[in-house]
Amino acid sequence: MEWINVIVQGVLIGGLYALFAAGLSLIFGVMRLVNIAHGDFIVGAAYLAMVVIQATGLHPLASLFLVVPAMAAIGYAIQLGLLNRVLGNDILPPLIVTFGLSIILQNLLLTGFSADSRKLNAGALETQSLAVLPGVDVGYLPLLTFVAAVALIAGLQYLFYHTAMGRAFRATSDDGEIAQIMGLDNRRVFAWAMSLSMSVVAIAGVFLAIRANFDPFMGPSRLIFGFEAVIIGGLGNLWGTLAGGVILGVAQGLGAQIDPGWQLLAGHIAFLVILAVKPRGLFPRID
Amino acid sequence: MALLDLQDLQKSYGALAVTQNFSLTVEAGDLVGILGPNGAGKTTLFNQITGTVRPDHGAVWFDGENVTQLDASRRCQRGIARSFQVPHPFVGMTVYENILVGATFGRSTFDPRKLALDVMDKTGMGAKANKLAGSLTLLDRKRLEMARALAADPKLLLLDEIAGGLTDSECISLLDTIRDVHAAGVTIIWIEHVVHALMSVAKRLVVVDFGRKVTEGDPAEVMASPEVKSIYMGEDAHG
Repeated sequence: MEWINVIVQGVLIGGLYALFAAGLSLIFGVMRLVNIAHGDFIVGAAYLAMVVIQATGLHPLASLFLVVPAMAAIGYAIQLGLLNRVLGNDILPPLIVTFGLSIILQNLLLTGFSADSRKLNAGALETQSLAVLPGVDVGYLPLLTFVAAVALIAGLQYLFYHTAMGRAFRATSDDGEIAQIMGLDNRRVFAWAMSLSMSVVAIAGVFLAIRANFDPFMGPSRLIFGFEAVIIGGLGNLWGTLAGGVILGVAQGLGAQIDPGWQLLAGHIAFLVILAVKPRGLFPRID
Repeated sequence: MALLDLQDLQKSYGALAVTQNFSLTVEAGDLVGILGPNGAGKTTLFNQITGTVRPDHGAVWFDGENVTQLDASRRCQRGIARSFQVPHPFVGMTVYENILVGATFGRSTFDPRKLALDVMDKTGMGAKANKLAGSLTLLDRKRLEMARALAADPKLLLLDEIAGGLTDSECISLLDTIRDVHAAGVTIIWIEHVVHALMSVAKRLVVVDFGRKVTEGDPAEVMASPEVKSIYMGEDAHG
């Protein structure tokens, strides 16, 4: 029963990793941009939520109504004002720019909020749980995180395949020059995509900040989890990203069960094994 | 007022001049054929009209507006659409979705679904609506090129060697489509090597060589002109 519990908890934490990964996957899919600052944006969104909560007294989940639009607007502005200027055939300039953004963000957060670790308080949501089996309790928060991840990925999937914006993303991703000739301004399409990615980042940031302590320097490790989930699942496949998050979460849980020091290592090993056996991920998009 | 007015366009890549002092006026409702040997700069000319290539010098006027500095997406929204010699469908999307992209982001955005369905009807792509564009045969890809361009509801349609590689019967059905589109009020400029196809619909021919306009005028007269004979038949035409 103990092992079943470990797996169940691992699956649920996988939902959080999928939230980290979904925005990353989206940006890479639409504009082939590897956003090194993605993890720092997640942490930045957590701090933004903290500020909003301090100012308004809202519940962390309710703060999303302000944090999501704010992050979306920031994403739109960063894409139009900065990233579009460096995107091109060479993937190096945007990589360096987002790396720079990562360092700038970390230090801005350090200056603004000190190195103390913080946490968002979601009240009873954090402690209540549901007994699904004898010895297997499912916390409301991990369950809600997982449900949010599934709903979000279903929503993104719908957007990609059934809306005009989704067709714009796919057309631009497929052949940007042709899309341009067909009336789609690549720069705007990229800005919508970054805006959407940052909305997902906002949700990931708030769930992260309710679940665990955060500080200005924890972005890069969230980025790694996000990367691993995306690559395990297969680039460009959103449901695969969820599966990747779950695999990572379960591997970490099993590792921690064997020895607490093995938690992160087990996740990285699972990632390496999958990368070695299936370099395109478990569920690569069929082109 | 002319629909399209190219004023003294010049474009070079390094030492290679691909467009030289090129001026052309196309009235609304015209159907202009462009002829010229490979490498004459015909496709580069199209690129300058659609906005993927900016001329080094000169101006592109469309529908009373100087569009020289506008990017391709804005020119498309104003009513310029094109097909490519080598079809470039969005391979990961279905035929319907490919056409719908054109209909959604082109000139008319009022009812993209209806527009897309109309275009599928007109171009005979209806039966393949849900096939992935990447799985189409060359002929269907060419049809899709045309359909996608039409979905943008253009005022000016640029066709780049759309008849190349088609059988005679395929070519006849293509010509019917082109005539219908033209009859519906769309101005067309058509680059083509299949001369008999071009001759059967073009009202005017423009001959291009080395990036220059060699001659233009009535199709039959142009084809009979010594300049064209010398381009297409070499020195023997003079002998």
